[in-house]
Amino acid sequence: MSLRWPWWASATVALALIAAMTLLPLGAMLREAGVIDWKAVTNDTYLQRVIRFSLYQAFASTALALLSAIPVALALSHKPSFPGRALIVSLFSLSLVIPTIVAIFGIVAVFGRTGWLSHILALVDIEPLPFYGLPGILIAHVFFNMPLAARILLNSLESIPADNWRLCRQLGMSPWAIFRHLEWHRMKHQLPALALLIFTLCFTSFAIVMTLGGGPRSTTIEVAIYQALRFDFDITLAVALACIQLLICLSLMALSTLLRHDNTMGFDIYKAPLKINSGTHENNPRQGLWPGAAWHMTHAGVLLFSTALVVTPLLALLVSSFNSKTLSVLADTTTLSALSNTLAVALSAACLSVALGLALLQSTRYLRIRLARERVGQWVQLTGNIILVLPPLVLGTGLFLLLRPLADVFSIALTLVVMINSLMALPFVLRILDAPMMNAAHAQDRLLRSLGIQGWNRWRHIDWPQLRKPLALALALAATLAAGDLSAIALFGSERVRTLPLLLYQRMGSYRLEEAAVTAGILLLSCLCLFAIIQWIVGGREHARTR
Amino acid sequence: MQCLRQVIIFQIFSMSLTSVQNSMFKTPFAASFPRQLLSIALLVATAGAMTVASATDDQRSLTIYTYESFTAEWGPGPAIKAGFEEQCGDCTVNFVALDSSAGILNRVQLEGKSSPADVVLGLDTNLMAIAEDSGLLTESGVDTDDLTLPITWNSDIFVPFDYGYFAFVYDTEALPEPPASFDELIAAPDDLKIIIQDPRTSTPGLGLLLWMKSVYGDQAAEKWQALQPHILTVTKGWSEAYFSLFLNGEAPMVLSYSTSPAYHMEVDETDRYQAAPFSDGHYLQVEVAALLAQSPRQELGREFLNYLVGKNAQASIPLGNVMYPVTDLQEQLPASFDRLISPSRTLQFTPEEVRDGRKSWINEWLEASTGG
Repeated sequence: MSLRWPWWASATVALALIAAMTLLPLGAMLREAGVIDWKAVTNDTYLQRVIRFSLYQAFASTALALLSAIPVALALSHKPSFPGRALIVSLFSLSLVIPTIVAIFGIVAVFGRTGWLSHILALVDIEPLPFYGLPGILIAHVFFNMPLAARILLNSLESIPADNWRLCRQLGMSPWAIFRHLEWHRMKHQLPALALLIFTLCFTSFAIVMTLGGGPRSTTIEVAIYQALRFDFDITLAVALACIQLLICLSLMALSTLLRHDNTMGFDIYKAPLKINSGTHENNPRQGLWPGAAWHMTHAGVLLFSTALVVTPLLALLVSSFNSKTLSVLADTTTLSALSNTLAVALSAACLSVALGLALLQSTRYLRIRLARERVGQWVQLTGNIILVLPPLVLGTGLFLLLRPLADVFSIALTLVVMINSLMALPFVLRILDAPMMNAAHAQDRLLRSLGIQGWNRWRHIDWPQLRKPLALALALAATLAAGDLSAIALFGSERVRTLPLLLYQRMGSYRLEEAAVTAGILLLSCLCLFAIIQWIVGGREHARTR
Repeated sequence: MQCLRQVIIFQIFSMSLTSVQNSMFKTPFAASFPRQLLSIALLVATAGAMTVASATDDQRSLTIYTYESFTAEWGPGPAIKAGFEEQCGDCTVNFVALDSSAGILNRVQLEGKSSPADVVLGLDTNLMAIAEDSGLLTESGVDTDDLTLPITWNSDIFVPFDYGYFAFVYDTEALPEPPASFDELIAAPDDLKIIIQDPRTSTPGLGLLLWMKSVYGDQAAEKWQALQPHILTVTKGWSEAYFSLFLNGEAPMVLSYSTSPAYHMEVDETDRYQAAPFSDGHYLQVEVAALLAQSPRQELGREFLNYLVGKNAQASIPLGNVMYPVTDLQEQLPASFDRLISPSRTLQFTPEEVRDGRKSWINEWLEASTGG
């Protein structure tokens, strides 16, 4: 390999691409925003209601998720040897990786008007509960965020030293006293940042509100952007909403940075080690602190109930995906083309995302190690996280404005979806690859330099064997996330170009629930397969086990 | 922000990552080559998948944007497609079914000049002025003088292909005594539920908005608010409201057309579903088709629009689209059409009135709908 690229070449290309994909659309949007009559926008009562509803539902969802997560985290912490505890904890992370729209279908199958719950209630002559609108949104948000909150809180509870527990026992403290002086004290440091995180997630929630909102009554800003573009062809309104959304997101991010800055108050979502004790404590320091059958029943009850909340929708989905329509949907060309589109989008987005990530890291590695410019290197890396402040629908609106004069955006839908999704996965890819890239260099950089091993040879013999597993994980995860995306495809998809999430959304939207169930099953299966197969092919035989 | 979730997911995966790092140094250098090739193959394959093959541009292939129920197997679409393809000889008709009727206009506006559509079919009188203002449409060249419409037609761009009156259709078994006016509907007990469509995406939905507006005028907003308890749900298009929800018994009343019962009388041979006559009068809808100016197949498009108002195509309107045809079909008109309600008063805004008022009326509706 005689051809040598300067060290900054790869990052420059990557940065240029990222800038083109974010700053250009953002610029197009702001140029459009220049002509908006902001006074009229702020006086629009509909918009005020949308903003108020976005805040209100996010607030209610956060409160519910946290309130239900606290007892679950406590129960898990109190019962380190509860049968199946490790499984429950793994299940809690499952709700984070399965595509949102798939989980939504499962939730509808349980809580919807013709769902399992209605059937059970019908047995005792109770009318089905209202579901579409706020109730459905809240249930879905709790489904997604309660396990997340429980895991993070459990993490902080597990960091209580064993000595403290022994002390509790020696002092003969009551469960209430333990909660007040020890457990609550631990958890309350996490709560503000955790609440903010969940609030942000619920505030920008798209798929859930769009699917379960049930008409204009329950619309969030994110959904209103989509409707303004796709329903009304009202570009001005879409841009105004996107600007408002961007502003609120930026302030939420700033707030969370403030909270994170202070170490005692901070909930560091990056560094918090989510180490879960396996539950095989021979010397359980918590033994006997919650005596009696009543406590045992309470703990078991909380754990069973929370597990049921997470498991039943998935179970309902699996059961309902085998029905009279299964074969016809499987043979349907619409389904098959959606499936191939989904796979193409997932793989392309994963490759693009990982390529961008590698390109950035390749240069920052040089910056940080050879030039010892740690700070500069980290700043360059931070640009990869730009999407964190840019909701996908805002980015989509910008891309739409940018490209509309040039091309038919619906015919290049897949390319746009790939772009947005690769950016969405980038922060995560960077985080996975950062440490292994640096480790590989730290250990051997001097040796390799003195031996003159560089370029392709270095990559082939040194980096690749060390990086293949993290690379496989990054690819697999980026692919899974892209396969489940609904935001970008909802904006750019049409009857010409569908992916499985869009097809599932449309089938649910026209209340063809049997076909929707099969579609959801296929999507879930393809995500799992993508994840496993990529890791197997790229990562080598003893690939990282999924958790 | 979606990504915050991804960061969290990362945390959970970082556990498995730790094990990755641990085992990293155990991986042998060699023996990874075939897999490396595989990964490259994977990359190449993806790159290939990304190149979206562009559709072949056939001069004799007509692309028509319409709504879902028009192209359904029981709708008029299949017969009209077959009939026209037979007449023109070597052409093909591609119906593209969009998920709602007003969505057709949104779509061509979004696509602008690069739209692949040649003809739009399924707009209505209410959207005519807005569609005309977009500058995307061109003159049809169809002679509309001999058409049998309840109003005089004087547009050169739009070709009317059927008409009907908006009405609430009810299930006589679930609701023996339907309300006979908007006032009665609003005053009915809260458990009388109706299903309506979104005026932003559906022409019947917009029709109801205009119907209410023409009945109540300035009071429309408060009447919408009063109507809220009765609205079970607002669907995006007519098909899901009528077929998926109403016919499955989710609600006893749905916004549809005065002609809808004819289908049940003729095809299902039942009188179970009837239209409720409202003493306020009923709002008239004329459905139209038009040619897109940017279409390179103007000639074929005009030929199709002419065929659309001819007797052959019109014969599939009464039971296919369940609307009144725009040509006199004489004995071909199904007998059930004589048993339909006839509106006591015909209500209609001019296309220009709708163009000027639509935005603020929709906002009024949104406000009333979100306020409840």
